[in-house]
Amino acid sequence: MRRVYIAGASLVKVDEYWGESLDSLVSQLADGFSGLALRKIDAVYVANMLGEVLQSQANLGALVAEDLGLAGVAAFRVEAGEASGLAALHAGYQSIRAGLADTVLVLGVEKLSDASPEEAMATSSLSERYDYVGFQGVPQPAIASMMYNQYLKRFEVPQEMVAQFPVMMHEHAAKSPHSQYQFKITLESVLSSPFVSEPLRRLECAGIGDGAAAVLLCSSDALSTIRHDEVVELAGSACSTDIVFPFDREDPLRLGAASRAFEEALARAGVARRDIRVLEIHDSYSILACLLLESIGLSEPGRSGVDLKKGKYSLAGEVAVNTFGGLKARGHPAGATGVYQAAEVYLQLTGRAGECQVDGAKVGAALNLAGLGSCVFASVMKVRDV
Amino acid sequence: MLRIRASEIGRVWGVGDSELPVKEKAVNNFDEDAATMAVEARKYALVRAGVSASRIGAVYVGSESHPYAVKPTGTIVAEALGVSRRTLGADLEFACKAGSEAIQIVSGLVSSGMIEFGLAIGSDTAQGRPRDPLEYTAAAGAAAFVLGGKGDGVVGEIEASVSYVSDTPDFWRRSHERYPSHGHRFTAAPAYFHHIISSVKLLQEEGYSLSDFNYVVFHQPNTKFPFAVAKMLGIPPDKVEHGMVCNVVGNTYAASSLLGLCRVLDRARPGEKVLVASYGSGAGSDAFVVNVLDGVLERRVRAPLVDDLIARKKYVDYAVYLRARNKIRLQ
Repeated sequence: MRRVYIAGASLVKVDEYWGESLDSLVSQLADGFSGLALRKIDAVYVANMLGEVLQSQANLGALVAEDLGLAGVAAFRVEAGEASGLAALHAGYQSIRAGLADTVLVLGVEKLSDASPEEAMATSSLSERYDYVGFQGVPQPAIASMMYNQYLKRFEVPQEMVAQFPVMMHEHAAKSPHSQYQFKITLESVLSSPFVSEPLRRLECAGIGDGAAAVLLCSSDALSTIRHDEVVELAGSACSTDIVFPFDREDPLRLGAASRAFEEALARAGVARRDIRVLEIHDSYSILACLLLESIGLSEPGRSGVDLKKGKYSLAGEVAVNTFGGLKARGHPAGATGVYQAAEVYLQLTGRAGECQVDGAKVGAALNLAGLGSCVFASVMKVRDV
Repeated sequence: MLRIRASEIGRVWGVGDSELPVKEKAVNNFDEDAATMAVEARKYALVRAGVSASRIGAVYVGSESHPYAVKPTGTIVAEALGVSRRTLGADLEFACKAGSEAIQIVSGLVSSGMIEFGLAIGSDTAQGRPRDPLEYTAAAGAAAFVLGGKGDGVVGEIEASVSYVSDTPDFWRRSHERYPSHGHRFTAAPAYFHHIISSVKLLQEEGYSLSDFNYVVFHQPNTKFPFAVAKMLGIPPDKVEHGMVCNVVGNTYAASSLLGLCRVLDRARPGEKVLVASYGSGAGSDAFVVNVLDGVLERRVRAPLVDDLIARKKYVDYAVYLRARNKIRLQ
C-alpha cells in the first residue's frame, strides 16, 4: 500500500459570516495554499452536511472545483452527517492508497448561520433516526442529555467533572486565531447557563458557526513532483458505525464505533495509543468528550473528569486534547469540522500551532462523530521520521 | 401605565430568571395606543417648552404601531393639541428609529425657516409574539420633543446630526401580520452593532471625538446591547448608564433612545454634551449631538421627570396582560 501525506492546510476562522456564501468561504481558502500546486490536483472531495437544506445547494464537488479554478478534476461531495469532514479525508486516503490519485484536495465547508434557531435545532438532529427525533420529538440535545444523566448516576460523579471540559476548550481557544470563541469561561458560568435539556447546559454545547478548511493530500510520488508545504504522514484512517439510537446499544455510555475506528486507525498507522500526543475529539456536547476519552481507553470509565483535573488533557499534559478549543470553542461548522481537526493536527505536527503549540508533538489523532457516535471516523497522523 | 415583570412572562413559558433580558416592561392598557400616548407625551413637552400650541407648525409621529394602517396618527395628535390646521403632519415608520428621525426632520424644517416650532414624537405599543424572546421586551412608551430656533431658556441644541442606513432584513412585519419576525442572532452584529457603530463613525468623521461626550444614549432593545456597543466603541459604561431605562420599561421601540435622552436631560448640567445613536431595524441609525444649555435647569422641573413617570405603575399578571394587549381570541 502507498503512503499518504498531508502537504498543506488552509483554514478560515470559524465565525458567523452573515455576508458570505459557501463559494466565498471556499475562495478564502485558496490564499492558504498560495505557492502550492493546486493546478496538479487529481481530485477534490468536499465535506458538507447541510448544503441542500440551508443553501438549497447540492453538487458541491463541481461547485467547489469551479470556485478554485479546477473545473475538470474529479470532484464530489462527501456526506456523513457531522463526520463528513473526516469522511472526506478518509475518501482521499483511500484514493491515494489505492493508487487512483496522487494529489487530493480535501475541503470542508459549511454555513450554519443561514439557519433560524428552529432550523438549527432541526438540522442538529438530522443524523439521528427521524422516526425518533421527528415523530417522537426527542432531538439530539435531548438524547445527549439522557446519556449525560445516566453517566452522572452510574459513575456517581458531580456535574462539575463533565462541565469543566468546556472551560478547558475555551482556555485553548483563547490562544487560537482561527477559533470562533477566543475567550475564557468559568466553571461557574457553565453551570449557571440555561438548560438546553437538563442536565445539559447551553455552555456545554457547541455553538453555531460558519467555516471552511482544507488539507492537501499527496502520495510519496507526488511529493517529488509538486511544490508543497511541510509534510506529515496521514498514517491511518478508519471508520466504524454503531446502532444509531444510543439507548438501543448494549451500553449507551460506550461509543463502540469510536473505539473500533480508533484502534483500526492506530493499527494502520503502526503506532500505539500511548504515542498520541495531540488529540482532536468531537465535543459537540461536553458529555461526548468524556465518553470519547473513556471509550478509546485514554481514561477509565467515569474517570475522564478526574484525569482532566489532573492536567492530563491540557496543552502541557500527557495527551493534549482539542488544542485549538475543539467543537465547543474553535467552533463546529458541521460538515467542515473534521477537516478543521485534521488541519489542526497537521499544524501541531509541523510546529505551526502558535500559542497552542504542544511541544514535541510527533503523533496526533482526530475523532469525528456523526450523530451521537453512530458513525465515527478516526485519523492518525505522524511526522515523517517516526 | 401597566407593568409586567419579565419573571411573570418567564413563569408562563418556563424560562428561568437567568435568561430574562430585562426586569420588567411597560404595557399599554386596552384603552391606550400609540396616538393616546403621543398626546400625553407632547403635553409635558409643551409645558416644559412654554410654547403655545398655535405656534406649532409641524407634528411628526414615529411609530411601528400606528393605530391605523391608513389614517395618520399625526392628525389625531394635532387635533388633540388644538394646533392651527395650517400644520405639516406626517407619520413615520422605521422600526425603533422612527422617533429619532422625527427629530431630524423637524430640526430640518426649523433650520430651513419653514416652521417656527415643531413636535417630534416617538410612540409605540410594540407587539411581541407570545413565547418569542421579544415578548419579554416589546413594550409601550412615548417621548416628545418641541424643536424650535435659538431663544431664551432653550434646553439643548442639536449641533450635528447624521444617519446611516442599509437594506438589512433583521426584523420585519408585513402588512396584515399581527406579530413581527426577526432574524435572531442576525439582529446583533450585522444589524444593531454595525449600524450604530457606523453612524457614530460618521460623527467622528465630522471631527467629534467620543471623549467629547459626557453622556451617551443608544437604542435599548435589552440591557446588554447598549453596553456592548459602548465597549466596542471604547465608551466607558458610566456614560451610558444615565440614559438606561430599558430594564424597567422594556424596549419602547420608537421612544426608546428618546426616553434615554429625556432621562439624561433630567440630570445633565449646562455645557455638557450628549451623543444619541438610535437604531431601527431594516436598518439604520441616526446619531446626533446635543449640547445641554442653561434652560435645562429651569425647565426640567416644569413637568414630571422620567424616573417619576416610570415610578407610576401598576403590575399586572400574564392573564391581565393578555387582555390589555388584546391577545385573547373572543371568537
